[in-house]
Amino acid sequence: MSLAIGRYKRELSVAAAYCALLALLAVAAPRFFQVQFRDTWVSAAPTLVVAIGMTLVIVARHIDISVGSQFSVCAVAAGLLAKSGLPMPVVVTATLIVGAMMGAINGWLVAGLGLPSIVVTLATMVIFRQSLAWARQGELVANVPEGFQWFGHGQAAGQWLVIAAAVAMLAIFAWGSTWLAVGRQVYAVGSDREAARLAGINPPAVVFGVFVLMGGLVGLAAILQSVRFAEVDPKSGEGLELQAIAAVVVGGTAIAGGRGTMLGSLVGVALLGTIGAAMVFLTSEAQWDKAIQGIIILAAVTSDGFSRRRKQVL
Amino acid sequence: MKSAADCLLKLSSISKSFGGARALDDVSLELKSGEVHALVGENGAGKSTLIKIVTGAVEADAGSIRILGQVIERNGPSISRKLGIAAIYQQPALFPDLTVAENLGLRLESPRGLRFIRWGKRRETARRLLERIGAEISPDALVRELTMPQQQLVEIASAIGGDAKILILDEPTSSLTEREVENLFRIIGQLREAGVGMIYISHRMDELAKVAGRVTVLRDGKCVGTRAMSEVTTGELIHMMVGRELSSVFPKTPATLGESVLRTSNLGCSESGVSGIDLEVRAGEIVGLAGLVGAGRSELARILFGLTPADAGQIFLRGEVVRIDSPSDAVRLGIAYVPEDRRRYGVILDMPVTSNTTLAILRRISRGGLLDFAKEREITETFVQRLGTKTPSLDSPLAQLSGGNQQKVALARWLATEPAVIILDEPTQGVDVGGKAEIHRLMSELAGKGLAVIMISSELPEILGMSDRIAVMHGGKIVGVMNRAEATQENVLQLALGHSAREAVA
Repeated sequence: MSLAIGRYKRELSVAAAYCALLALLAVAAPRFFQVQFRDTWVSAAPTLVVAIGMTLVIVARHIDISVGSQFSVCAVAAGLLAKSGLPMPVVVTATLIVGAMMGAINGWLVAGLGLPSIVVTLATMVIFRQSLAWARQGELVANVPEGFQWFGHGQAAGQWLVIAAAVAMLAIFAWGSTWLAVGRQVYAVGSDREAARLAGINPPAVVFGVFVLMGGLVGLAAILQSVRFAEVDPKSGEGLELQAIAAVVVGGTAIAGGRGTMLGSLVGVALLGTIGAAMVFLTSEAQWDKAIQGIIILAAVTSDGFSRRRKQVL
Repeated sequence: MKSAADCLLKLSSISKSFGGARALDDVSLELKSGEVHALVGENGAGKSTLIKIVTGAVEADAGSIRILGQVIERNGPSISRKLGIAAIYQQPALFPDLTVAENLGLRLESPRGLRFIRWGKRRETARRLLERIGAEISPDALVRELTMPQQQLVEIASAIGGDAKILILDEPTSSLTEREVENLFRIIGQLREAGVGMIYISHRMDELAKVAGRVTVLRDGKCVGTRAMSEVTTGELIHMMVGRELSSVFPKTPATLGESVLRTSNLGCSESGVSGIDLEVRAGEIVGLAGLVGAGRSELARILFGLTPADAGQIFLRGEVVRIDSPSDAVRLGIAYVPEDRRRYGVILDMPVTSNTTLAILRRISRGGLLDFAKEREITETFVQRLGTKTPSLDSPLAQLSGGNQQKVALARWLATEPAVIILDEPTQGVDVGGKAEIHRLMSELAGKGLAVIMISSELPEILGMSDRIAVMHGGKIVGVMNRAEATQENVLQLALGHSAREAVA
């Protein structure tokens, strides 16, 4: 099965880097696994859920930089809905719908009107964020009911629940992107929109659907984030778009569309999400964390460049 | 004895391997001043590699290159250009958003140092060069707005302006109409008189006799032989290329024609400049659409496939009026379209053979949206065998297949939809002789099974050999329809050029 290994080379090398990091921690700072390991995954869970959607968006040859703002809106919405006394399943469903609606706005502008997604989502990023600031004046949603935090299951069980929800989402989308006909259509549209159209696929419908899914996933991510705290911060989504895009790119998804796997995004999130905490344990200096993330992204992109050049020589 | 200076380019015992695959094995070739030297061979025979070695894009493993008797130790794209070698490829490599004069200036002016551009001189040079080759192109036109043949002329102008001694023409006529081909041949004649040596690659045998003095045949990376064009017949050349006799290049077998499958009445689309189309295709019939590039043939195909929906007239499918507003409508109704530029509009190069084959039948190979991979492989396997597609494996990305085999996968995708009508736009463009014959045999077989085929082709022998009926288009209209028996190269060409049917018969 050398073919299969060749195809998942990127995923395997990022996974290897992640394992090497864990091994290093196990030797140099075994305390990491007692105090920090689970926390790392709990805080990476929302990013992972957003990265799932971002993988689809980028595979479809688009980008969504409004996810951070969508996330903040969803988080605040979830907090307010919970405070109004609605049962938790209703809160979750409503938050997903709020996210999906914001995704639908992006999708309509990009797929329906044919506007470039980077410009559309730059605009909606500002619009969503400023609308929220105007509506809430930056106020935290405090005193969320007991049943909201950790879904009312206490911290230990709640943490596992958050991780399980994110991993389940990843499994569903990893399965769907290869086994479902619509998954195949997303790849086809991202590889070659015109060829896909000629094959009877409706690219605008596919792209619209991808943005709606992205929004829904952001809604879920916002829930997974908000249940961790006693109050909801309206700025909780800031910078999330960059984290998600970075993880997806490190995981090997081609920014030009058509190529990428959910598994890659998982290892991308794992590596980038662990490196920060690991630095604290290894060197007790946190300020290098962002720089190292940047280096990892550059390394990933550079290796793409090299392998492409090698192919061109042939 | 000819002098050394007489020999512009001499390749001796060139060998080149990629990985384990031997692309060229002990190939020698000589190009004399004022000679047009044809280079022929099936796809994958090593023509492109040989050209890349001459232009310095690829380095040879063994053998020597001499230019005007001097051995070239080191070669590279910029070195070969300085030595007077220019290559013109099928796809012009110009900057689309710059003007003709700017493109020529970038190629011809010295790029070194901070210098002011002398716009007047630049435009004047461009104008003079274009005039020399008889091209009616404004130096101020944006390259984007030029047609493909016009862009090719700009490339030739740039080669002349750079004082090229050796010109490589890689399938220069593949997207040209008869008239444009004649213009190109006239320019080639001029260059030959000026002492330029040309290596001419083409799949069109009839052209070679017209322009080339000698021909070198490559097969599987080896040089089969070099002959004087006047001493070799097309049959012999084909034999040398494929190493086997082909019973006939165009084997359309007569089929019993069934009911009318597709019929149009006064069909038109103002956006694409097509109007008043009355066309009928019956089951088992191949209708050839002849005409010059720009006559509206591909535009008509795009209307029938819903890419540019009609705004006038009607389309009947098996006698019933249908609306075709999008490709998905067309696919649903059983209309298939294999477009001309398969690299841009046909296959998806990143995707494997399997996904490419089943892209138009995703609904059929899935149940409740869930893909059935076993069924996908089975269908792909069937078509790979039926069409004789050569691929490393079913999971190989299409980028790894040769042009002819990519074309077969494009065809397989549409045959898999089990269409009632299939529209083939230039089905054999850029396909080697063996592949061509295979595609023709396949078309016959499909028609024999009751498929209605519309074939667009710019090659008259293909139109005349394959079609049961021939519809000639000119200026967005069908200007004549004739049976195979009454069609000749002359009367089809006359109609295509815009002469009336009566004149054509006379």
